[in-house]
Amino acid sequence: MLETRDILETIEMIRNENLDIRTVTMGISLLDCIDSDIDVACEKVYEKITRLAKNLVPVCDDIEKELGIPIINKRISVTPIAMIAAACRSKDVVKFAITLEKAARAVGVNFIGGYSALVQKGFTSGDRELIESIPEALSITDHICSSVNIGSTKAGLNMDAIALMGHTIKKTAELTQDRQCIGAAKLVVFCNAPDDNPFMAGAFHGVGEPDCEINVGVSGPGVVRAALSASKDLDLSGVADLIKRTAFKITRMGQLVALKASERLGVPFGIVDLSLAPTPAVGDSVANILEEIGLEQCGACGTTACLAMLNDAVKKGGVMASSHVGGLSGAFIPVTEDAGMIAAARSGALTLEKLEAMTAVCSVGLDMINIPGDTPDEVISAIIADEAAIGMVNCKTTAVRVIPAIGKTVGEELSFGGLLGSGPIMPVNTYSPLKFISRGGRIPAPMHSLKN
Amino acid sequence: MKAVITVVGKDAVGILAKISTECAKFNVNILDVSQSIMQEMFCMIMIGDVDNLSVKFGEFRDNMVAFGESINMSVSVMHEDIFNSMHRI
Repeated sequence: MLETRDILETIEMIRNENLDIRTVTMGISLLDCIDSDIDVACEKVYEKITRLAKNLVPVCDDIEKELGIPIINKRISVTPIAMIAAACRSKDVVKFAITLEKAARAVGVNFIGGYSALVQKGFTSGDRELIESIPEALSITDHICSSVNIGSTKAGLNMDAIALMGHTIKKTAELTQDRQCIGAAKLVVFCNAPDDNPFMAGAFHGVGEPDCEINVGVSGPGVVRAALSASKDLDLSGVADLIKRTAFKITRMGQLVALKASERLGVPFGIVDLSLAPTPAVGDSVANILEEIGLEQCGACGTTACLAMLNDAVKKGGVMASSHVGGLSGAFIPVTEDAGMIAAARSGALTLEKLEAMTAVCSVGLDMINIPGDTPDEVISAIIADEAAIGMVNCKTTAVRVIPAIGKTVGEELSFGGLLGSGPIMPVNTYSPLKFISRGGRIPAPMHSLKN
Repeated sequence: MKAVITVVGKDAVGILAKISTECAKFNVNILDVSQSIMQEMFCMIMIGDVDNLSVKFGEFRDNMVAFGESINMSVSVMHEDIFNSMHRI
């Protein structure tokens, strides 16, 4: 029998604490769409996406109404397009971006991710062409997300790709300068990118995945913050335990939605991503959780320790609630998407260097950070190299999504609207890493990658 | 399938009657009701059998939410699965 207290708790979480399912993402393999004629390949891509995903949005809308829990985003991830483009005689890779945009509009999803290349060890011809096309692709589309994996614990870091990505990020921002440089907000550079990530901008459908699957990303920073706020006297063991119990409940919701969506769409269930994904809404903030634990403001000394505990407790609580866990799984710390992070960046409590330290213990990396528009390309590359090194050595995913605010500098802000939010331009250390980045080559994989 | 209907708002005469009459219009059989009044706030939870619903579940839900608003009550209608899933191992 259901207990009144439990029912009211669930309703309170949804109504007042912003509990939602952040995304239901359908992963679709495009490997069977490969063709030497790029127009034929694009036709096959469009046909396959619109056929498999035609019911994605209506089914999610039905589940949302039935369970009474909001499903914020419906998305699609596809096989990294560089692999599909490699087989084409034509090198006009942007045609794929235009095709994906058309498919996204046809099925009504919020984003399609997978305009991607995996170059951790080196480039194929398709990879280089795709990366060079990213600025144009992101400037002429609205629903396409792009990612490039430039390193892994097994392969080391591809420094040529890192140099190229510094330039690519800058150019993408330049081409969308009239729209708050939003192109760069849809481009993420990864180390150890997961194959089944449902979250944008980094979602793509890895080659080892099935033909089609459903992955779900949960949310819920507001719920964790509210639970902590109601239990002020706990010691840190108690705090960790409370976060675990809350994460369990949040994740059960994700598992339920994933199973229902998978059954109704006739597509296998892939994973639930155990994430605390903030939004710019007041209270729905990971930074506020850290502050609730006992920091005056996010970015203060102690932030990394609090985040480490939070990230670990979210995973421990979530893992028992789902039959398959994957994706990024952990707490996200995007700056512009999190009201508490925005406030901390504005006040100066939170700096880029502190964020870098935090990424060593959370699930993603330097995410949604506005930097001055005149930041040299090689400095962006060096930010990527530092971040990727943390991921490579710690056997974890790290990522960089920085937005060079073209024509603006520290003291000004960029505002993207919606879930991407807004935020101040943060200062960057500009002592030159030019010689380091210009050397090129690869940073070898660390000793502990040799596990066999 | 069972739906959990919650009604919260300022206490007044006839809330239970109005809500259950509205449920009956959609052929919902009420299996259980629990209600309490805390500091003049009315809080009711109904479990309804919606197997023989006369309309689609989403339509029933939208109608109940709108009906709640018309009598100044906050109404939610949710599938029982969400509560079982969240609170039972």
